[in-house]
Order: sequence, then structure tokens, then C-alpha cells
Amino acid sequence: MTKMLDSKIPEGPLAEKWTSHKNNINLVNPANKRLIDVIVVGTGLAGSSAAASLGEMGYNVKAFCFQDSPRRAHSIAAQGGINAAKNYQNDGDSVYRLFYDTVKGGDYRSREGNVHRLAEVSTNIIDQCVAQGVPFAREYGGLLDNRSFGGVQVSRTFYAKGQTGQQLLLGAYSALSRQISKGKVEMFTRHEMMDVVMVDGKCRGIIARNLVTGELERHAAHAVVLASGGYGNVFFLSTNAMGSNVSASWKAHKKGAFMANPCFTQIHPTCIPVSGEHQSKLTLMSESLRNDGRIWVPAKKEDAEAIRKGTKQAIEIAEEDRDYYLERRYPAFGNLVPRDVASRAAKERCDAGFGVNETGEAVFLDYASAIQRYGKTEGNIRGLKNPSSTEITELGKQVVKAKYGNLFDMYKQIAADDPYESPMKIYPAVHYTMGGLWVDYNLMTSVPGLYAAGEANFSDHGANRLGASALMQGLADGYFVLPYTIGDYLSQDIRTGGISTDSAEFNEAEKEVKERINHLINNNGTKPVDDFHRRLGRIMWNECGMSRNAEGLNKAIEDIRLLRAEFWADVRVPGSDDGFNPELDKAGRVADLLELGELMCKDALEREESCGGHFREEHQTPEGEALRDDEQFTFVSAWEYTGDPKEAKLHKEELRFENIELKQRSYK
Amino acid sequence: MDLTLNVWRQNGPEDKGRMEAYPVFGVSPDMSFLEMIDMLNDQIIRDGGDPIAFDHDCREGICGMCSMFINGEAHGPGRGVTTCQLHMRSFKDGDEITIEPWRASAFPVVKDLAVDRSAFDRIIQSGGYVSVNTSGETLDANAIPVPKPVADEAFSAATCIGCGACVASCKNASAMLFVSAKVSQFALLPQGQPERASRVKRMVDQMDEEGFGNCTNTGACAVECPKGIDLSNIARMNRDFLKASADGE
Ligand SMILES: Cc1cc2nc3c(=O)[nH]c(=O)nc-3n(C[C@H](O)[C@H](O)[C@H](O)COP(=O)(O)OP(=O)(O)OC[C@H]3O[C@@H](n4cnc5c(N)ncnc54)[C@H](O)[C@@H]3O)c2cc1C
Repeated sequence: MTKMLDSKIPEGPLAEKWTSHKNNINLVNPANKRLIDVIVVGTGLAGSSAAASLGEMGYNVKAFCFQDSPRRAHSIAAQGGINAAKNYQNDGDSVYRLFYDTVKGGDYRSREGNVHRLAEVSTNIIDQCVAQGVPFAREYGGLLDNRSFGGVQVSRTFYAKGQTGQQLLLGAYSALSRQISKGKVEMFTRHEMMDVVMVDGKCRGIIARNLVTGELERHAAHAVVLASGGYGNVFFLSTNAMGSNVSASWKAHKKGAFMANPCFTQIHPTCIPVSGEHQSKLTLMSESLRNDGRIWVPAKKEDAEAIRKGTKQAIEIAEEDRDYYLERRYPAFGNLVPRDVASRAAKERCDAGFGVNETGEAVFLDYASAIQRYGKTEGNIRGLKNPSSTEITELGKQVVKAKYGNLFDMYKQIAADDPYESPMKIYPAVHYTMGGLWVDYNLMTSVPGLYAAGEANFSDHGANRLGASALMQGLADGYFVLPYTIGDYLSQDIRTGGISTDSAEFNEAEKEVKERINHLINNNGTKPVDDFHRRLGRIMWNECGMSRNAEGLNKAIEDIRLLRAEFWADVRVPGSDDGFNPELDKAGRVADLLELGELMCKDALEREESCGGHFREEHQTPEGEALRDDEQFTFVSAWEYTGDPKEAKLHKEELRFENIELKQRSYK
Repeated sequence: MDLTLNVWRQNGPEDKGRMEAYPVFGVSPDMSFLEMIDMLNDQIIRDGGDPIAFDHDCREGICGMCSMFINGEAHGPGRGVTTCQLHMRSFKDGDEITIEPWRASAFPVVKDLAVDRSAFDRIIQSGGYVSVNTSGETLDANAIPVPKPVADEAFSAATCIGCGACVASCKNASAMLFVSAKVSQFALLPQGQPERASRVKRMVDQMDEEGFGNCTNTGACAVECPKGIDLSNIARMNRDFLKASADGE
């Protein structure tokens, strides 16, 4: 039997682990930090905050991103909010409750130690961001406002309209810019990491490609941090930005870093449905909309059919003929059940024939009753006597506009339909990847000196992430965890001196990168990269999406292998490798997604249970809820690359629950 | 719908560049503008040609990457949207559409429709931040109350996505709207006060150094801004700049 992986969670009572760990790990003194170089790949929330903090502490930092500015990382698109256990609303919130909600929300497949640390530092994040001038939403008294997100019964989500990610990223970007101006961080935009370089068993640098000139560059460091985001784009259609990819993580995987729980994917319940073959991405409608919106489908099949044919409108369906299926099935949490539960419930209704658009894959998200409710309250606030129903509706719309205006505008723009007048149509879409590089408590991967932060690691969300917790984790990792834990490792390197790029290892790594680029550019195939990417996406969505079974997964593995062979034989990459060539960049990324997809299916196949976003049809309760198998699967699956995704080797990290009792998750 | 696109092609900053015409057929009104370009590029690649290079990423109007000058307007017809949010239902069958990159000497062309906007990053680096360390050991967030109207105004200024449409729309290629949005965000908030004077000086100086033009108050920038950044920000910045200069900052 192989040895269990060691997560290096410190001993001691849960609430004291992080503090005592920080007090006990090795430090690098300020003078020695100047002798140490760190590379940070990615400048989203996790990367920007890590690079800024490391630079501020005194390390020499190089940061990389493939966009033209660090401010454009995909974190910018996050809408709804960020969680923190501040208990400003006085509704009984606490660090423990945030910890508990996150472990339960993740369906008991995350680490207690990590999650508790996350909950502890969550409050510092809000303090830090406000000090930086992040303009969070405020109440009339001038204090910070909160909203609720799915899977919890308190109001702990801080937000800036529907643009929370933008405001937080611009905050981190400003901290990063400050360190760039001081010369402590050197920024490389329009650069892509092509491989990590290993020297004597340690990660000592990267090969990067200047995406404008096409030149390959060598960058050495004492440690490398990957904060390169998630890999939802393996599904082609997702809410991720077009450039989001797995390549940095995958290259690290091929050099020895384990990939953990790769099949744990989050399908977000409220996205704008697919409209046609031309579609390049899907647009999220923030979960915050479930605070006030009610989700329903017609209770009668004939009504659903009439709506699909366009002979009936949503507003013509009488109240008693509507099925508010989340409120019906989950009275305790109603429309605010966690994402995996809400997504599966939508799929169940649509599969049963109650879908409400031409494709039959959409449900309603309705604001009519919220508009009435807010309108009445606003009328009272303004002291109106017997306002007319038109007045109430008008006032209600104004309140909804103030809260969700930009989301409603976005919907209107895409769907050409006015959500103030008739309900939105929504459907689940791929959104986030809980899986990622395996890291220990210090956020170090299984490769010494190689760290992973933010969505790129697997660490905190188990089998399902709660809304507004990714931003929290990204900033926690980058500002408050990694900058400290990395010192423990770097303290060995104070006498190492600069790492040379003039070595056999760098030569070899650069040569491999060059050969691969040459192959792609000279392939002379017939089909563009997107052709393969779309097909990969279809396989993944059908067989490794919202519900999975052994037969489908086995088939998907074979289909992906065939598709990958066809890609290498027949992809056409235009242009040359010595200039700006977005198609070439894309080809390299899709080549890696074609390997990752196979590993995801293998992981899903071997996890013979349902948990969180991983729903195996063979394992469900009579009511159709996910059925975990704690006896056999209370572990993290960490996969080692052995030359072929199909032959990846499984390492297990046992999950120990000492503070929370494992229960069948219930939101009823 | 069938359309004709006149697209600016330029191989790099040194190339002179030229317009080229491309017919596109069977465009669906539900497509976004960039999906229409994807479709054209797919055809170009299959035909063995060189696809049109353009910047894009989030495709939902927030990353600020996309930057097309369409029929003489930054981000095309329609207000409050970026190029990626523009849908083909805004055009009709038989239309001829001209597509150019942002044109400004401070934004050199990288290739075709992609330009180099790193000047914006350098302006932020010159002072677009509050100098606070990232230890998290600051005041409790609610120890700094901010009246809601002030917070809302600061937020509105902070929603700038740094796309550069303001520069592209200005006949002088001025960056005043971009710079003033950041200056205003911090000028409005209590956290921004200690560095208020030095910040505006440094950012305006950097803006001038990057070669952006002067502001002559035509207001075209605010009209084309996809995020509706208000001209009052420019007025606020001018006031702050004058005051800072008079105070010898
Ligand atoms: C539409 C949307 C809305 C969301 N809303 C919320 C929300 O309301 N609340 C919440 O908590 N979470 C939300 N999320 C999730 C959250 O936004 C992300 O999980 C989080 O921002 C990821 O941050 P990150 O720093 O890990 O990575 P990213 O922000 O994705 O950054 C990745 C960085 O890595 C760089 N990079 C990648 N590969 C390479 C390479 N090979 N070489 C060089 N650089 C590379 C990129 O350039 C980029 O800078 C949302 C996600 C989406 C898609």
C-alpha cells in the first residue's frame, strides 16, 4: 500500500493551529529576504496579493500574466461578493460558523485545518481592502452592507454592486502597482509560463514566452508560486474568461506536482442559457440574485410546452400553476440552497419536461414579488399614503435597480429581454473548479519550492464551493497565508545565492518548449484550434458534467484520447512563432486541456460516491440527493503523472474530522 | 445576415498597415460582435490565411481587454457597452462595418486591432493607490464610516475598466477621464486624503510623460465610455491639481 499523503496540518486545538504555526515556522530576516527571488505566475486576486505582499516583505519578485495588464485577470469578472465572519449584521455569525458552513457546503471533502484558517483571516481581508480604498457597498449610516449567499443562514457577504471582483482586484492591483513602482516587483505582462524548471529536485524557475515577440525567456528563482486560476474552460463553454486555462498547473503536474480532486467542478445554477452553436462563452447571473429572486417552472407540462412554443408568456401563468421547486423541496433554505443542489434541481425539472425556452433547458428567475415587496417598503419609508400599484411597482423597480442594476442590464443586453418586466431565463453552467494542484498546509505542492494559490490549488472548498468564498480564499492565500508559509522553505536558501539560468536543466526545459511550439506551428493540419476545443467541451459536458456514470466516463476517456490524437495530427496553427500569435497561444492551452479532461474523467470514474458537485448516478438517495460514502471515500485523490493521464497514479490524503461530525448534508 | 467588414491589418508597430475587406455570410443576430469575428477567423484559418488579431478575455464587459473602433466609435454603436457586449442585432443585412484599433501615439499597435496600453499601468504605478501595507493589521473596517452617497460616488468612479475608449474617442487622445476616475475615487474617500495632493501631481505628470494629449472639454470621452464615467471627475481632478500645484506639492 502506498503511504498516505501528509498535509502537514499543525497539531493542537483547531482554533490555535494557525497562530501557533505562524509562531513556530522559520522566518527569513529582512536583510536575507533581499537575497531571495520569488516568481509569481498569475496576477488575479491570489497572484497580485501574493506578489505585492512578498515584494513588500523584501523578496525580489517577478510576476507574470498573459493579459496586457495585471488588472485584467479573470478575478475582475467576479460579481456577487466576498464572505467574511465579521458579524456586522449581528445575526450570530462567527469564525466557527463560517468554518462549519464551508466544510458542510463542501460536502465534507475539505480539510478542517485549512478551512478554519480561511475563516480566521477572512475578517482581515475586509479591513485590508477598506484601508486600500475598496469602495464596498454601505448602508445609510455609513457602515458596510452585507447580503446573503447560498448554503448559509447569515448575511456575511460584502459586495460592491455586481462588481465585487473588479473592486477587489483593482485593490490588489494597486498594492501590486505600488511595489512595482518601488522596484520590488518586476512585472511581465503578455507573458506566458511555458514550463517550470527543476534543479536538484527543487523548482528553481520557469520558461516564459513573450507573447508579443514570441521569444522564450528563462527566469530563475528560489521558489515559484502558481496563481494561474481555474480550468473550467476544459468544458469550452463556461463562465470563465476566454484565456483561462490549465497550462501552468498542468506543466507543473507533468514535473511532479499532484493534481487533487480534478473532477470536482462547480456548475453554477444561474447563468444565461446557451443560445446557439456560435456561442463562445456563458454569462453568469450572480448568485446574489437568489437573495430576492424566486426560481420556478410551470407546474403543468402543457404550460411549459406553450411557453416553449411561444404561445404563452410567463406572466400569464397563475400563481397556483407555478412550481417554486426549490422552495418546495428545500423549505429551510429555499432559493438559497448551495449551488450543486440548485443546479441539479434545475436539471431535474428540465429533464422531466418543464424547461421554458426553445431548447427546453431553462428555468425562470423571477423578480416580480421582490419588486412588490421592496416597492411597499419604499413607499412606507417615503411616507406615501395609499400608493397605487403602479407607484409601488415603480418604486420597487428603483430599489432592485440600485441593488442589481448592472446585472439586469447585462441580461437585457445578451438576452434582448427586459428582466424588470418578465422573469429571466437561466440554466446551470460550468463556473469554478474546486480541484487543482495538491498543496499542503503551507500551500506547497508535492514539488519542493513550488507553491499554488487561489483557484489553482484544491485546498479549501471540498466538493462544492460556497458562493463568495473564492474571492475570500484568493486574497487569504495571497495576502495572509503564503507570504508567511513560504518563509519556512526559503529560510534554507539564505546562503544559496542567485540561481543561474545557464544550466543543463534550463537548456533542456527550453528545448522541450521550443520543440512543442515548432510541432504546433509546422503541423499543417486542416482544423482550427477551436474546433477541437468545442468537441472536447461537448464530451466533458455530456459525460463529466452535472451528472456522471461509469459507462459515460469510460466512453469519454476513449473519445478524448481519440480527439487528442486527432488534434496533434490535424490542428492548423496559422502564422509564425516569432511574433504576436493568439492562435498559437490557444493551441498550447487546448493541448493541455485535452490531457486534463481525461484525468478528470478518470478521477470521476474512480470516486464511486456522490458528493457536492460530483454526482454519480449510481450513488443517490431515493429522493435523488447525492449519496456520499464516508467509509471509503473520506480522502483527497491526488494524482501523480506517469507519462499518460490514463495511467496516472493515485495517492490518497486521508481527511480527518475532529471538530465536525460527518452528516448527510440536508438543506430541507 | 451578410455583411462586409473593412478591417485594419497591421503586422506590428513598424508596419504601415492598411484596410482590408472581408465578406461574412450567415451572421446570426444573437451573436456577439466578437463571435462574429471568431466566425470570420475560423474561415480565414481554414482557408490558410492569417486571422485578425484582437484583444479580448472576459467577454462580459468588465476586463477592459476588448478595444475595437467600429464605424468611427469606440466599442461601436450603443452606449454603456464594450465591444464584447455588442450584439449583431445592432446591425442589419448588407451593412458595411469598418473596424480599426484604438488610435493614439501612447497606444502603439501590437498587431491588427490589438494595442499596447501599458501607459495606463505606468500611470497607476505613479500613484494610483493608498500606501498601506498588506498585513491586514489595519483598523477594523467599520472604524472608517463613509456616508453612503460619498461611497456610491467613489464606487462609480472606481468602475473604470481601463479599456482606453476615452483616449480613442478624444481628438487629442487625452487620458483625462481615465486618470481622473482613479484620482476621484481616492479623493472622495477618507482613506485617500493623506496622499491626495501628491497623488494627483504624480499621476498627471506621468500622464503627460506618456504622450497623451490635452483635454479641450469636448466630452467625447464620457459619451463613449462603456462604464459611464462622469466628466465631473475631470473637473475634480483639475481642481485638485491646481490646488496641489499652488501648495507647492
Ligand atoms: C463570472 C464569475 C463570477 C464570479 N463571482 C464570484 C463571486 O462573486 N465571489 C467569489 O468568491 N468568487 C466568484 N467567482 C470565482 C472567482 O472569481 C475566482 O475563483 C477567482 O477570482 C480566481 O482568482 P485567481 O487569482 O485564483 O485566478 P485568476 O483571477 O483567474 O487569475 C489567473 C492569473 O493567472 C495568469 N495566468 C494563467 N496561466 C498563466 C500562464 N501560463 N502564464 C502566465 N500567467 C498565467 C492570468 O494571466 C491571470 O493573471 C466568479 C467567477 C466567475 C467566472
